[in-house]
This record gives sequence, structure tokens and C-alpha cells, in this order.
Amino acid sequence: MAEVTIANYMVNFGPQHPAAHGVLRLVMELDGEIVERCDPHIGLLHRGTEKLIEHKTYLQAVPYFDRLDYVAPMNQEHAFALATERLLGLEVPARGQAVRVLFAEIGRLLNHLLNVTTHALDCGAMTPALWGFEEREKLMEFYEGVSGARMHAAYFRPGGVHQDMPRGMDEEIVKYLPRMLKVIDDIEGLLTENRIYRQRNVDIGVISAKDAMDWSFSGVMLRGSGVAWDLRKSQPYDGYEKYDFDIPVGKNGDCFDRYLCRIEEMRQSAKIIEQVVASMPTGPIASDDRKVVPPKRGEMKKSMEALIHHFKLYTEGYHVPEGETYAAVEAPKGEFGVYLVSDGSNKPYRCRIRAPGFPHLQATDFLSKGYMLADAVSIVGNMDIVFGEIDR
Amino acid sequence: MTDSKAILHEQEQALRDLADHLAAGLGADLLDSRITLGELTIQVPAERIVKVLTFLRDDGNCQFTELVDLTGLDWPERARRFDVVYHLLSMKLNQRIRIKAQTDEETPVPSAVGVYAAANWFERETWDMYGVMFSGHPDLRRILSDYGFEGHPLRKDFPLTGYVEVRYDESQKRVVYEPVQLTQEFRRFDFMSPWEGAKYVLPGDEKAEGQK
Repeated sequence: MAEVTIANYMVNFGPQHPAAHGVLRLVMELDGEIVERCDPHIGLLHRGTEKLIEHKTYLQAVPYFDRLDYVAPMNQEHAFALATERLLGLEVPARGQAVRVLFAEIGRLLNHLLNVTTHALDCGAMTPALWGFEEREKLMEFYEGVSGARMHAAYFRPGGVHQDMPRGMDEEIVKYLPRMLKVIDDIEGLLTENRIYRQRNVDIGVISAKDAMDWSFSGVMLRGSGVAWDLRKSQPYDGYEKYDFDIPVGKNGDCFDRYLCRIEEMRQSAKIIEQVVASMPTGPIASDDRKVVPPKRGEMKKSMEALIHHFKLYTEGYHVPEGETYAAVEAPKGEFGVYLVSDGSNKPYRCRIRAPGFPHLQATDFLSKGYMLADAVSIVGNMDIVFGEIDR
Repeated sequence: MTDSKAILHEQEQALRDLADHLAAGLGADLLDSRITLGELTIQVPAERIVKVLTFLRDDGNCQFTELVDLTGLDWPERARRFDVVYHLLSMKLNQRIRIKAQTDEETPVPSAVGVYAAANWFERETWDMYGVMFSGHPDLRRILSDYGFEGHPLRKDFPLTGYVEVRYDESQKRVVYEPVQLTQEFRRFDFMSPWEGAKYVLPGDEKAEGQK
């Protein structure tokens, strides 16, 4: 029989493939079913957020952060609020900080519930997605109750949060938690010992701790490789040092370990939420610096000065002293940072958004080389990418 | 409160120690080093950036193993208008550092891909957004902008609206590019208050000048 040479062939994966998690276009070079090279083409959702923010006041910039990682919007606002506060030298009152931590953790739950279950969907498991989304919807109700919006909250603002929680909401949240933990147990029951799920994830997309650092991984992607690094512990912000929680760490750095980390992180988040509610301080939810934080409606009906402040803050905004800062938070996907440069005017001179998904997706080629095409789907799904933040 | 102040003081001290160590280790490559808002920023010559990054990564007292971010900054009034800004993180020291290198449109900056693998896309993005060139980069293509896009959007002289807009043309059955047409100009207000030192003559003031 004559020898046959088989040429590698190129596959266009996406941009509208359901397993591409949005608008990812992967140009893959395949040898049979083995991935030889994988070149992600991104930018299909590029909206020029950084440029737009340069033309908006600091307060107007806040809603743009909801539109980055639209799975856990408040965590993004958090980084921007911290950066602006650092430039202004503004202190957030204790209750404001506690409410922020509470909703940052709810954001983490929202994110992990979505990621774990849709990743299971990529691997062929339908049920977790249905269960997870139901719980997500419940959490969304709290989210909506506090901000008035289901997704684009604009809730964490420089100086604190926009409004106080409705009365009794913190107890409602704590009352709800056991139900969610039960669902997490159920989801784990379906997946962790599942033969198919394990075959699709154990020893897939393995990365060592050293390589993970070289590729700028953060969050679960880094912890899955055994690096115990969490900004909530190592560089605490908004009072995270007051709460007792553990950082789950993986051993093998494969997709399965990262999945386990996410499951455990959800339990830890629930633990933090319980502690926050139990120790919820009373008092104002935002700074009382009227040159930055607008007054409440009631005040404006009585005080002329409050009316002037309100008018000035919603037209001109506040001027931020010249300087630059980099503020980072432990967003559910990893380190989300904002590098803010101010020239002393009422608009940011430069607002660089460091999205955790960007370096993660960059490593797709490194992670999926030598694996099968179907494994690449699992790897991409497990990376927890959302195009809102990658393309900005 | 005193507790957190003590911690802050300790952190400041650690940063100062690090700055001293860098001054000794980098020698003439260190142009400037300052601590503002509890963050250390150093300025280095662009052509020495690879050496500086390698030192920061490998030196036992630094161990900045992670390149958190790499981006550009545009100051059009400056001769060398761009700053390339590197943010590094050392998990060992729990310390961050910001490195700046100046360049212009023509002078390429040596690529950091050899030091940190993650620099690849960050540099592509900086090239895409600012037009800063990186020499020795394996694959310096545009990354976020459209296929066939022209210009560098984050430069200060690039208009917010851009130059072209796209729409689907029913008669040609394809997406067409057209020059931007706005029914209303983007409104830019002047917020500089005349009581707080605006640098222009208010309308009507020239008459008062004439009377003198």
C-alpha cells in the first residue's frame, strides 16, 4: 500500500459556537484530533471602554464596569471604587465596607454557579446548569433588591455604596443560604464522582505553579496549581481581614482541581456572608464627604447646600487630585485591577482595566497543545472566560 | 485605628527598603524611584527594560514572578510621548511595583516576552491601542481592534467616535464601512470654573480691558 501523507488541517472554532462562551474565535491547527496550535482571535466584543471612560466623569464611569464581566458585575465596580477612593484619600464607613463585602461574595457565588454548571454543560451534563441557574436567579433577587437592577447595578460607588439594603434583607440572605449550599452539594453529587465528568477533566489542561505565574494567572486558575494566593487574605481591602475563611488550593493544576476549588470557594463565600451579616455594623453606608458623595433626597428637600452639592456632583462631578494608583480586588475570576491616572480634572486621564480573563485566555495555546479537540472545549470552559472583560 | 496605622507604617518601610535595594542593584539603570500613595514607581530607560525585568524576577530579594499588567500611557505634549507601564507582583514579598519606560512612535521597546510569557498579548494590545512598537516580539499583530483597522484608538489625538462606522447593506448583502456621521456632535462641557483659575478671557471681559 502506498504511503499516504495526511496534512494538518485548520478548524475555525466559533465565534458563534455554544461552547465558545461568547464571541471567541479559535483558529486551531489539528493533526487528526490532536490540537497542534491554537490561536484565539479576540476583540469581537471590543467596545472601547477605556477610551469612553477617559471622556466621562468618575461617577459616569462606574456603570461601564458592570458591562465588563457581566456575570459578577459588582466585583468590577469594587476595584474602580477602591482606586478612586485611594486617589481622593476617602474613607468608607464600616457599614459601607460590610455591605460591599456581602455583595462581592454574592457576586462570587453568582459567578461560580454559572461557571461550574456551564462547564458541566460543555462536558455533557445538562442537569447542573438547570439547578444552578435557579439558584442564581434567587441570588439575583437580592442583587436586584439592593440596587434596583438585575445586572447593571452601579451600586459600589466611590465613597461607599449607593443605597442601604432594604430592611430585613440581610436576614433573608442568611435564611436562604442553606438552600443554596444544599444545591451545591447536589451539583457536586452529580459531578465529582461522575465517570464521564472525571474523564473529561482529570489531567486535562495541566499547568504547573511556575508556568501559571509566568502566564500571569490569578484567582482559581493559580490556586488550582497549588499556589495559596488570594488578595482577600494577602492584601485585604474593605475589612476582609476581619472574616474567617479558608483558601482552597488544588494539587495537580488540572481542570478538575480548578472545579473543586470553585465548589469549595462557594462554601467559603457562604461562610463569609454569614459572618458579615452577624457582625453588620450600623451607621452610614457611604462617606459623608459632600464634595464626593451626593446627598440623599430627603436632605435635598430641606437644605440649599445639599441641593447645590447634588447639582454640582451630577453635572461637573468631582475633581480628583493628580496622581496614579493601581487597585486590585480578588474578583471571582482572578485579580481584577484598575490602573487609574488622574490629571486633577473631573475625568480620568487614563483608566486601564486589567481583566483576569485576558492572560488566562492567552494561555489557551499553551494549555491545549497536545490535547484532543474535545479537551480544548473543556479547557476553555474551565478557564472561566467572559468576553465582556477580555475585549473591554 | 492605631493598629492599621502601624501596619501602614510597616508597609511604607518595606517599600523604602525595596527601593534602596533596587537603587543598589540597578545602578545607573534606575532613573527615578518614588513612593506615592503606598506604591513604588521606578523609571528606567526603555532599552534596558529586559535587563531590569530579569533582575526583578530573579533577584532573591525581589522575586517579582508575575507580570500583572503591561500597558501604555499617552502624553502628547511630551517629546517622547508614550509611557510603557509594567505592573509586577511578588508573591514572596507580597509587594507590587510599577515600572515606567518612555518611548515615542518610532523607537521600539525591547519585548518582555522572553522574561514573562504573559507579556505577549499585553504587548500586542499596547501596540494595537497606542502604536508602541516592541522589538523581538514573536507575533506583533493587532488584537482587540477590527481586522483591517487603521489608527491607534487610545492615543489622545484619536477621536472618541473614530473615523468609520459599519452597517449591513441590504442591497449589497454585506457589511459596509462608511465615514462616521453624527446627527449631534459629542458634547464636551467646559467645567473649569472662572473662580478657580480658568486660563481664558470670559466673554465680555475684553470690553472691560478696553476701557482701562
